[in-house]
Amino acid sequence: MSQLTRDEVAHLADLARIDLDDAELDHLAPQLNVILEAVASIGAVGSLDEVPPTSHPLPLTNVFREDVVVPGLTAEQALSGAPEAEDQRFRVPRILGDEQ
Amino acid sequence: MSARTDGSAELIRKTAVELADLLATGETTSVEITQAHLDRIAAVDGSADAGVHAFLHVDAEGALAQAAESDARRAAGEARHLLDGVPIAVKDVLTTQGLPTTCGSRILQGWVPPYDATVVRKIKDAGLPILGKTNMDEFAMGSSTEHSAYGPTRNPWDQTRIPGGSGGGSAAAVAAFEAPLALGTDTGGSIRQPGAVTGTVGVKPTYGGVSRYGLVALANSLDQVGPVTRTVLDAALLHELIGGHDPLDSTSVDEPVGAYVTAAREGVRGDLSGLKVGVIKELAGADGSGWQPGVMERFADTVDLLKEMGAEVSEVSCPTFVHAMATYYLILPAECSSNLAKFDAMRYGLRVVPEGDPSAEAVMRATRDAGFGDEVKRRIIIGTYALSSGYYDAYYGQAQKVRTLIARDFAAAFENVDVLVSPTAPTTAFPLGEKLDDPLAMYLQDLATIPANLAGVPGISVPAGLAAEDGLPVGFQVLAPALADERLYRVGAAVEAALTARWGGPILDKAPVLEGVR
Repeated sequence: MSQLTRDEVAHLADLARIDLDDAELDHLAPQLNVILEAVASIGAVGSLDEVPPTSHPLPLTNVFREDVVVPGLTAEQALSGAPEAEDQRFRVPRILGDEQ
Repeated sequence: MSARTDGSAELIRKTAVELADLLATGETTSVEITQAHLDRIAAVDGSADAGVHAFLHVDAEGALAQAAESDARRAAGEARHLLDGVPIAVKDVLTTQGLPTTCGSRILQGWVPPYDATVVRKIKDAGLPILGKTNMDEFAMGSSTEHSAYGPTRNPWDQTRIPGGSGGGSAAAVAAFEAPLALGTDTGGSIRQPGAVTGTVGVKPTYGGVSRYGLVALANSLDQVGPVTRTVLDAALLHELIGGHDPLDSTSVDEPVGAYVTAAREGVRGDLSGLKVGVIKELAGADGSGWQPGVMERFADTVDLLKEMGAEVSEVSCPTFVHAMATYYLILPAECSSNLAKFDAMRYGLRVVPEGDPSAEAVMRATRDAGFGDEVKRRIIIGTYALSSGYYDAYYGQAQKVRTLIARDFAAAFENVDVLVSPTAPTTAFPLGEKLDDPLAMYLQDLATIPANLAGVPGISVPAGLAAEDGLPVGFQVLAPALADERLYRVGAAVEAALTARWGGPILDKAPVLEGVR
C-alpha cells in the first residue's frame, strides 16, 4: 500500500477545489494515510472478477414520469440564497484568466 | 403559577401517542404542549458553550402559530392526523422552507431553503408544529456531533460525553424531553448509534422506504430518513406518516407503507414464539476487540429475553461483514466527494472572495477551505483519491463488489432467520474530544450499523439497559430484510415492553435530572 505524500494530498485537494494551507496539509496528510491504510484492507478480499458491483441497493433503473409541466421554483425563489444576483441571474466572479 | 409549571413538566415526559390521546380528548391543547417543550428548550438547551445544545435553530413563533392552527382545526373537528398538534424537531440536513438549514456546516450558514423536503411537507400537512432544527456532524459525517461547525451537542446522561452522531441533536432533544419526536437521517448509523448512546429509539427504514427529496445528500446510495423517538410505538406512528412513494425521489420504492403501528402493538404482548432470531457472529464481540464488556452483557441479557418470549435464537455468520468498514469508507467518500462539489459559492451558501480580482475558481477554493471542516475535507480527499484513474479499480470498484458480497451475506442469513440482532454500537457514549482527532477510532463506532446501509435493509435500535461499568445506555439493534420493517417494530416493542417492566419504568427515568424545569 503506497502512502500519500504531502504533495499528493495537495494535488488531490487541488482537484477537489479546496485551498489547503501548509498547516492543514501537515495536519491532514498523516490522518489520511491512516485511513487509507485501513480501507486498503479491501484488497485482502481477493480478486472478485466474477462478482458484479453494487452501486445501489435497489434493483431500479430508468425511473420515468409523465412528461407534463409541474410547478417549480420561481426565479426569485431560486435566487433567494444567491451570494450575488443580477437581472434574474446568478452573478459569478470572472471565469476566464486562470491557466490550469 | 406552580400548577401550570407542574403541568408543563408532566407534558414533556409524555410519549407522542399519549400527547395525541390528550389532544383527542381535549384535556390539553397543542399550544400548551408546544409551549411546554419550548420552555424546556429554553431551560436546558443552552448554547455551544453549555447545556444540551441539541438545537441549532429554535422557531418558537412558527411552532406556536402552527400549534394554534392545530387547536383551531381540532375545535372544528378537522384534525388531519392522530399526531396533529404534537410538536417535532427536524435534523438540520432536511430542507425547511423559511427556516435555516445549515447541515452543521459553515458553508451553509444562514441559508434559508426555498422549498420543503417531502418528509417536512408531510409532517406540516399532518399538523405537527416544528420546534426547530437539530444539531449534527457537518454534512452528517461523524459519530459524535463534534464535527458540527456550531459546537457539539452534549449527552443528557452526562454532559461531558458525546450524544452520538451524526444525528446527536435529534437524539439528545428527544432524550432531554425537549421534543417528543424528531426526524433523523442514517447513512451508516446516524439514527441508530445516537439512539443507543442516549437511551432512545431510532429507526433506519428500508432504503427507498422514505422519500429523500430535500435531504441534503451525503451518500445517495446509503442515506435514509427515519424516526427518532422515546418509544417504539411512537417511531412506528411517525414512520407510517413519513413513509411511502414520492415521485420527486426516483430512488423511492413504489410499495405501500407497512402496518408498523399494528406490528408494534402486537409486539407489546410479548409473544415471539416461532420467530427465528440470528445473532450475527461477526458483530457480537467474538474477538473481544473494541467491544465494551458492559455492552456485551446487556446484549446477552436481551438475547436471553428474546428466548424467554419464545424466539428461536441461533448464531449466524456473515463473514464479509468484517470488510464492511473498509467498503463503507471507500463508497461513502467517493459519493460525498462528488455530492459536495455542488458547494461552489456560486448559487447559494457562503462565498469567500480573496483579495484582488479573483477568478470564480479561486473563490471556490477559498470558500471550500473556509466553509468545510476537517472531517469533510478528509472525506472529500479520500473520495477524490478512490475515484481517480489508476486507483478506481483497486478501491471504489473493489468496494462495490464487496458490497455485493455483504448483500449476499444478508440474503443468505435471512433464508434461515426472520431478524438479525447485534449491539447497536461497540461502546457507550465516550467523552467529548476523545476521538475528535482520531478519525479511524471514530469510524469504529459504526461497525455494527454500517452493513445495513450497504445492503439497504432496515434496522432499529432500542434501549437495552445501562452498562455496569459506567451506568450509560446501551442499544440493541434488530435488522430485517428489505421492506420487512414491520418485524423491527414487533421485536423492538416486545423487547421494550419486557425491559420497561423489569426496570419499573422507561430507561430515561434513570437519567440524571437536568438543570431547569423537569
